[in-house]
Amino acid sequence: MSPKTLYDKIWDAHLAHEAEDGTCLLYIDRHLVHEVTSPQAFEGLRMAGRTVHAPDKTIAVPDHNVPTTLDRANAKTMTEDSRVQVEALDKNAKEFGLHYYPVSDVRQGIVHIVGPEQGWTLPGMTVVCGDSHTATHGAFGSLAHGIGTSEVEHVLATQTLIQKKSKNMKVEITGKLKPGVTAKDITMSVIGETGTAGGTGYVIEYCGEAIRDLSMEGRMTVCNMAIEGGARAGLIAPDEKTYEYCMGRPHAPKGAEWEAAVTYWKTLFTDEGAHFDKVITLKGEDIAPSVTWGTSPEDVLPITAKVPSPSDFKGGKVEAVQRSLDYMGLTPGMALSDIEIDTVFIGSCTNGRIEDLRAAAAILKGKKVKDGLRAMIVPGSGLVRAQAEEEGLADIFKDAGFEWRLAGCSMCLAMNPDQLAEGERCASTSNRNFEGRQGYKGRTHLVSPGMAAAAAISGKLTDVREIM
Amino acid sequence: MDKFETLTGIAAPMPLVNIDTDMIIPKQFLKTIKRSGLGANLFDEMRFDRQGNEIADFVLNKPQYREAEILVAGENFGCGSSREHAPWAIKDFGIRCVIAPSYADIFYNNCFKNGILPIVLPQEQVDVLMKDAEKGANARMSIDLEAQTVTTSDGEVFSFEVDSFKKHCLMNGLDDIGLTLEKVASVKAFEAKAGAERPWV
Repeated sequence: MSPKTLYDKIWDAHLAHEAEDGTCLLYIDRHLVHEVTSPQAFEGLRMAGRTVHAPDKTIAVPDHNVPTTLDRANAKTMTEDSRVQVEALDKNAKEFGLHYYPVSDVRQGIVHIVGPEQGWTLPGMTVVCGDSHTATHGAFGSLAHGIGTSEVEHVLATQTLIQKKSKNMKVEITGKLKPGVTAKDITMSVIGETGTAGGTGYVIEYCGEAIRDLSMEGRMTVCNMAIEGGARAGLIAPDEKTYEYCMGRPHAPKGAEWEAAVTYWKTLFTDEGAHFDKVITLKGEDIAPSVTWGTSPEDVLPITAKVPSPSDFKGGKVEAVQRSLDYMGLTPGMALSDIEIDTVFIGSCTNGRIEDLRAAAAILKGKKVKDGLRAMIVPGSGLVRAQAEEEGLADIFKDAGFEWRLAGCSMCLAMNPDQLAEGERCASTSNRNFEGRQGYKGRTHLVSPGMAAAAAISGKLTDVREIM
Repeated sequence: MDKFETLTGIAAPMPLVNIDTDMIIPKQFLKTIKRSGLGANLFDEMRFDRQGNEIADFVLNKPQYREAEILVAGENFGCGSSREHAPWAIKDFGIRCVIAPSYADIFYNNCFKNGILPIVLPQEQVDVLMKDAEKGANARMSIDLEAQTVTTSDGEVFSFEVDSFKKHCLMNGLDDIGLTLEKVASVKAFEAKAGAERPWV
């Protein structure tokens, strides 16, 4: 048998049907559902007289729209249209018998944080969700990607997706990371290297010593942004850290089933000599604390760099960079560390887990947020929030002057009231710096949690290594 | 789903690269539980000021492009969020075909589910079509999905590739859920086998 990549193995294990023209039906093990991209899919099912094929493999949680303020139990904190979407999810989850974590449940949170936390996401699975950041779950060695609403309906009705196989790409991060450099800096640096379309048509497998050294939470951060590089999915082969993370989670297997699962999971690695269509290698020690300067995630540089000029680029990117700089209000040649900010946002499916909060707290302990700056921390789930309170992190944040919020997507996409005002500039631990992403004419600089905390103290983009 | 066979219409030029789905339909319009009506907000923040007035120099506000049915754009069109609201808004506006050197994966798939044809052509050919589109309303491009060709207003013909299954579904307006449900026996057989091998899933 010819050697296989990890992606090949998961693909082969989920192939339910293959037509003569190569069109495949891929079986889906876990379908995660949120309130924004699902109402039309459920409506479509009803109109066609269809039902949910595997409600037991379908998990629903509202996250995009929900307010994160402490008074959110009061329905008036939500706009009418947001309330309608959340109520639609509530109704659909109950009517079709899905696993459901409503806003009032302490386990509620961002779908990509809840899935792993509850043990729904396990190695070797196929996981989809009507959300591009489904790539997050690839950290477990599961094939996980975002889908559109029509595909949500397709998975609800059939538990499969019509797919053609992607190509294999290997991204190796060798060696050790330097102090102050995190999983976020790895994933942003990879996009800086490949561009936002560099991964289009590929499934990426991240490997190498720097990846193996990451915790499961760090690996989730890396895979989360695979989509920003255009990849269908990002994968990391499971290992002892993965098993340890999964063990004992509410929906992880137990007893003899656990033993059988681990035995299977140990087969999930890329065979020696397997073929990759594209290989990218970065040295871990070359990666610096990074920050985006433009309006595409590929517009990333080390914090020690300067704002580039359109003339540094070629082709269609020249015009795009000029547009970015105009939008961001930046001048070529200015030091990134001189850029003053108004807002700091720590949270999102990229960086809203407990280790992210610990990293921010380590910088913020005993410090104060710069006068006049708005700073908020939005934990990724109710359980992350509870743990941060138990560990005393919440007190550090509140003492420093951060708002300490309830769980949700919040200012990552600003669908709820957490938004930037026109012209406001934010150091954000989220994943997209697109025009208007965090609010109309808002300006986003993507950073790691430690960098965001450092920026909150100084009031400008700051090299976290100066504060550590 | 609406069929797509041929189309002759006005093409609007948008040479920008990395046009993301947040640009195509900003998040404030995702709070709908319907698929229809989003065309009014297509490219909302590029098309209107905060008071809702049209921004005159945005391409779809120019008189010659208001009835555009084709969009010619830069590479990596539709990147970012998976929101199918993006193709819904494009279709609702009246655009049935996008031509670009490359697309983000999820957006590309979403188009085919909504009767929109996303055509991939090399940058040099897109450059030619962009120039043709810049001529305005009198220059109409033609697309023939069966023949897999784009014809400029000057009669220059470019051939494009498209997946045969996607083409078949689009040309016949097929509901692919219905097609998959015909294979339910395969799915059930898979479930029985996988359930025995991996009972913890």
